[in-house]
Amino acid sequence: MGAAGEVSTRVLVPGSARGEAVSLEQPLSFWGGVDPETGTVIDRRHPQAGVQLAGRVLVMPFGRGSSSSSTVLAEAIRLGTAPAAIVLLEPDPILALGAMVAHELYGRSLPIVVVPPDDYGRIRSGDTVTVDAGEDRADPLVWAVRLAGEPG
Amino acid sequence: MTPVTLSAQDRAMLDGEQGEAARFAMRIVLGQAEAVGAPRLLDVTSAHIDGCLYHGQVSLDFAERLVAAGAKVRVPSTLNVGALDLLHPDLYRGDPETARKARRLMDLYMQMGCRPTWTCAPYQLASRPGRGEQIAWAESNAIVFANSVLGARTDRYGDFIDICAAITGRVPDAGLHRTENRRGQILFTLAGIPDRLLAEDVLYPVLGHLIGARAGRMIPVLEGLPRTTTEDQLKALGAAAASSGAVALLHVVGVTPEAPTVQDAFQGAEPDAIVDVTPDQLRQARDDLSTAPDGPITAVSLGTPHFSLAEFERLVPLVDGLRLHPGVRLYISTGREALPEIEERGWLSALESAGATLVTDTCTYITPILDSSSRVVMTNSGKWAYYAPGNIGVDVVFGSTLECLRSAAAGKVWRDPELWAPPAK
Repeated sequence: MGAAGEVSTRVLVPGSARGEAVSLEQPLSFWGGVDPETGTVIDRRHPQAGVQLAGRVLVMPFGRGSSSSSTVLAEAIRLGTAPAAIVLLEPDPILALGAMVAHELYGRSLPIVVVPPDDYGRIRSGDTVTVDAGEDRADPLVWAVRLAGEPG
Repeated sequence: MTPVTLSAQDRAMLDGEQGEAARFAMRIVLGQAEAVGAPRLLDVTSAHIDGCLYHGQVSLDFAERLVAAGAKVRVPSTLNVGALDLLHPDLYRGDPETARKARRLMDLYMQMGCRPTWTCAPYQLASRPGRGEQIAWAESNAIVFANSVLGARTDRYGDFIDICAAITGRVPDAGLHRTENRRGQILFTLAGIPDRLLAEDVLYPVLGHLIGARAGRMIPVLEGLPRTTTEDQLKALGAAAASSGAVALLHVVGVTPEAPTVQDAFQGAEPDAIVDVTPDQLRQARDDLSTAPDGPITAVSLGTPHFSLAEFERLVPLVDGLRLHPGVRLYISTGREALPEIEERGWLSALESAGATLVTDTCTYITPILDSSSRVVMTNSGKWAYYAPGNIGVDVVFGSTLECLRSAAAGKVWRDPELWAPPAK
């Protein structure tokens, strides 16, 4: 644990972003779960159905369900309705792929990082989270998620 | 993090010596290998590709880029459902512009050398991978079936990586490709479930829904299912578990190839968690699959995942003499390669004379096929029940195949009173 709410993370997809955290109680499948036109959660069985993800830092334990989630995430990135960043508890290659491909095709980055359980548990919906995951994958994989309002 | 060790061939692809498409695809495969921490890449013998389903402009931009770069698959590759039924194009009720793009996308994947199978159940095709075979499959229900029932080895691949694996013939050596990651983690015991219910097809999607929700990402082991459990029952179980959870592999003791015994399923270790499944939990999971109360219905959808020949064989006698209620449509989705036999055995005419509509190449919950007046749809599929409300905005009622058919005739939900009843004293 670093100073000022810094959190050690592992980078799945590099990039920098800042936004209001939206922490999901349950994992979400982007396919069938998020409308790329609007960036809202449409999985009616999800406890946070209707929540807006666009421009926010999505915090969830891991992705779930269909393998088409990569495309839905990439399409949301193309349309500008995607989260600003994604913070996970466990690596999710399906989401990482969507962000990687969108970067290749459109040059837009959406950083995705994995944080340890203690740090993950400290992020609350409404916190301002800064993900600074650099652009160079070869750098040491320790980055910072800064939580607003935390003592230094 | 240790860098991924590349073979000379991998390096050649990455350096562009085998063309721009191979370079692009290898870069994506390598990016995935880095994301999952794989030490190296592995050869695969086949791919099943989900990227051919149109989800928006990005699907097309990606495939156009590959085709323009001269992409060709290196291993036999089958295609998952598209957004259109190419054999029955009139079924599509969406806008023509989307149809044009969806069609273009399907064509692009064929141009890359993939087989136009258009099915979510590639394990029902004539040739399928064997135990221990390393493959790159997409489509969550196909993944869980290949891993669990066939004992082949695939990780949870999705759009983009599936075709990149097919173009390079390589995948990260990680996840479910590796023996140690295939160990069961959570044990579900079924000793508390009556044998009568264990023999019913309707149990399997419900049990899958329950297991997926409880297992999350853990690998489930089921103890207490009959040795006579069929492939179709395992298909329904896996598809539902991969919808409500991230299940990509499950073991059924005495039934699936890596689980002759409980010990084998857990590779000699202890379960991380144990759930003794109760009839109450199952009834709860069953109710959770419906979003509407029992009442009038406007359509019935069967065949998610695509109906097998064995399922048709059991369905046909049930529709014999069935008269659909005038306000109800009955749809059955299947793969086009099953059609010749369905026709030859007289099943197609039997189904059509009962008023059923056969859907191939796609599925009723991913593309506009249902009449726009369809508000409440009944299904026997846990996966359909899970996704249709979000995807196509309908309410859903879950039931057994017989309940679905009799409801289609009645125009409202009919329930089999014996099905879920407690055992008689």
